[in-house]
Amino acid sequence: MTINTSRRGFLKGAAATGAVLLVGMRGDGALAAAGADSAQLNPFVRIDADGTVTAIVKHFEKGQGPATGLPTLIAEEIGLRMDQIEYAFAPSDPQVYNNLFFGPFQGTGGSTAMANSWLQYRQAGAAAREMLISAAAQSWGVDPSTVAIEEGIVQAGDRSAPIAEFVAAAAQLEAPAEPRLKDPSEFRLIGNETVRRKDSAIKGNGQAIYAMDLHLPNQMVAMIKRPESRGATVTGMDDSASRDIKGFVSAAILPNKAGVAVFAENTWAAIQARDAIEVEWDLSAAEARDSDQIQAEIMAALDAEPEYNVNKADAAAVTAAIDGAETVIERTFYFPLLAHAPMEPLNCTIEQTEAGEIVLHDGCQMPTGPHLAYQQIFGLPPEKIRINTMLAGGSFGRRATPDADYQVEAALAFAVTDRSRPVKLVWTREDDMRSGYYRPAFGHKVRVGLDAQGAIVGWHHQVAGQSIMKGTAFESFAVHDGVDHSSIEGIADSPYQIPGMALGLTDTPKATTVLWWRSVGHTHTAYVMETMMDLAARAAGQDPVAFRLAYLADSSDPDQNRKAQVLKLAAEKAGWGDVPAGHAQGVAVHKSFGSYVAEVVEVSGDPESGLRIHKVTCAVDCGIAVNPDVVRAQMEGGIGYGIGHVMRDQITLTGGAVDQYNFPDYEPLRIGDIAQIDVHIVPSAEAPTGVGEPGTPPSAPALANAIGSLSGLQVTSLPMSENGVTFA
Amino acid sequence: MAMTLKLNGKTHTVDAEPGTPLLWVIRDELKLTGTKFGCGVASCGACTVHMDGEPVRACQTYIEDVADAEITTIEAIGSDKIGAAVQQAWVELDVVQCGYCQSGQVMSAVGLLSENPKPSAQEIDDYMSGNACRCATYQRIRAGIQRASDILEA
Repeated sequence: MTINTSRRGFLKGAAATGAVLLVGMRGDGALAAAGADSAQLNPFVRIDADGTVTAIVKHFEKGQGPATGLPTLIAEEIGLRMDQIEYAFAPSDPQVYNNLFFGPFQGTGGSTAMANSWLQYRQAGAAAREMLISAAAQSWGVDPSTVAIEEGIVQAGDRSAPIAEFVAAAAQLEAPAEPRLKDPSEFRLIGNETVRRKDSAIKGNGQAIYAMDLHLPNQMVAMIKRPESRGATVTGMDDSASRDIKGFVSAAILPNKAGVAVFAENTWAAIQARDAIEVEWDLSAAEARDSDQIQAEIMAALDAEPEYNVNKADAAAVTAAIDGAETVIERTFYFPLLAHAPMEPLNCTIEQTEAGEIVLHDGCQMPTGPHLAYQQIFGLPPEKIRINTMLAGGSFGRRATPDADYQVEAALAFAVTDRSRPVKLVWTREDDMRSGYYRPAFGHKVRVGLDAQGAIVGWHHQVAGQSIMKGTAFESFAVHDGVDHSSIEGIADSPYQIPGMALGLTDTPKATTVLWWRSVGHTHTAYVMETMMDLAARAAGQDPVAFRLAYLADSSDPDQNRKAQVLKLAAEKAGWGDVPAGHAQGVAVHKSFGSYVAEVVEVSGDPESGLRIHKVTCAVDCGIAVNPDVVRAQMEGGIGYGIGHVMRDQITLTGGAVDQYNFPDYEPLRIGDIAQIDVHIVPSAEAPTGVGEPGTPPSAPALANAIGSLSGLQVTSLPMSENGVTFA
Repeated sequence: MAMTLKLNGKTHTVDAEPGTPLLWVIRDELKLTGTKFGCGVASCGACTVHMDGEPVRACQTYIEDVADAEITTIEAIGSDKIGAAVQQAWVELDVVQCGYCQSGQVMSAVGLLSENPKPSAQEIDDYMSGNACRCATYQRIRAGIQRASDILEA
């Protein structure tokens, strides 16, 4: 994706609002004069008269670090210490705070927060610096080139003053069109190992306020009684038993008949009142299949002619090459439905102000989604709807639904009240597990042919599963020539130079509501690519690292170079091939979201009596690591998320209803599951790329390959716990 | 009905029926929201509080069972020497990501260090196994407990 920043009207909106300096970008991209329209300016940085600097963070914080990373960019360019900058989450304004990769749409996803803020926030900080310096230079009668800002102090020769002194004067100036960005050699904060998270203390002492923690005066708690099977609709309800619950307020069928809203004075009353309500359902449009049937449909599709020839290859020629090969490796894979299960169950609060505005308080991942939906639901113009983005207790993709599912549900519940009381919609863990959106189930069937020297001569790859993007607002963005890119990303577009690859895709019928899940299609494509590479290496009698490097050998291709480099680094740091007796290693390397990650997993034990994961060694190239420790944390978390699910988690359906109910049967990764994770970051001068997701894809295949190396058992149907593998 | 509760050094009178989980009394009645709702079935540990110094899951502890016990929540654990050391270690090592489970992690960590000042990695894993972190910050939790142990020893 290319971003043409020069046409976007950056930094035309420095403005004076009293003695406040606001620096941002005008949404219309027009060459408007600074300050002409100050009340309308939503900035990236605000500097108050007392010198308080606040980064206005356009990406929500679910733990991945933008509340630290975006202020770092501003502080770096202005010349501040990290304790001299605050952060606040941006209001909903898709013209100003849009994700540059998403068009006029504000939202966080695809591991893009740093990649699409990198220049924008630095430019805002640099413009603020130049304006403060200009103001100081005028005041002191010196040349601006002699003025500098360091640690929040403006200095020229022997004169110095805090930036607060020049805020009012700077706010009268026009923003520079092209402020000078610091050269990387001048960075003091970017890439600095000592920069700590800004949200650590409040999250360790209970002071952090998530949407779940909101208690607005006079609020009601709403819970929704939903059907067991998706698509059922309410035909009637009886709330007489709920009326016996102290704190019960009322119950009402939602306008779309998707459920019954139960209102109560507090959460516990809402839980009890919802349990007590009787609802009759019309099941005629409800999903009724078992997951076994859905799996059978997917597997059948793998054996049929694919619906789409993704890479326009001559599949017959590829098949002929494989048929004539010395060795043929064929495997069929199945990946089950998975839930995201963020730690904070979904919730949000809606209120109507005296001025008739609707306000949504939410750990909001994609503000533009509910903002658009609320205009329709409430019949209000955009400016009458406000979104207060709060800290989010995880997401892994779940909070970003194309149809703004839980925010719409809350709005529908609010709409059946008289709107005099704020309504806080709360989901329980069971709601999250059973009424959620899931990583779609996918199947792969792969045939790889090797010649007598063990070189790949053909790679025939069939994929089948339910499309995430089709039928959503993201279809035009992600679906081309019928192919939902998220179904097959990481296969034919892998940096590996694999000769004779044919990639086919078949969309299978809708099974349930599906959604991107940390690393999206890469969750299954990386597993297949990297376990097949290992099987091929073993069949060729070659070392798995060396075998892969042979397909990353074009030194003129930076994509191959960077992938090869992380692979070599991970192998070196892991002590590849040098493990204690009874231990075995597995490796995987994958590019996703612009970043390259290699991981080596070391295991011991026996799949039947219990395996132990001793160590995961990770090497990542994500361009410039703005905050190396946050990058390491995201790799650690991404590895845990990937491995935890393939070990033992799946969502299954019986008669369309989800079988799992809560953590006891959707067991999260626990502290003892992985003994150690070491992360190594490749030094880079490239622009930052993703870190939230790229740690996940290689983790599961590296584990599978370690198990394969240890025992010869190559798991191709997940989760591993259902397929002959246990963990100690 | 009116019930009394000794929490964070004060006696509170709350309006709650028997059978109400302590979690909801703490969160919705006393508005102390550091104690989190994660699963409601004592499977994630996000709601961990101390009852007479012992970690318990507030979602499965009922108001009538608390009686005269002293309840301590994350909001007050920092005034305890071990609690302060754990919180200091958590900041030093940037343990948190989304942070939603961390109140419970800190409360369990304090419980561990109270009975075992120098836990091994295996002892940490055993003791902390009931506290889930979906962000998988476990390695830092382990390191944070060891760091807190060192702070307390110094």
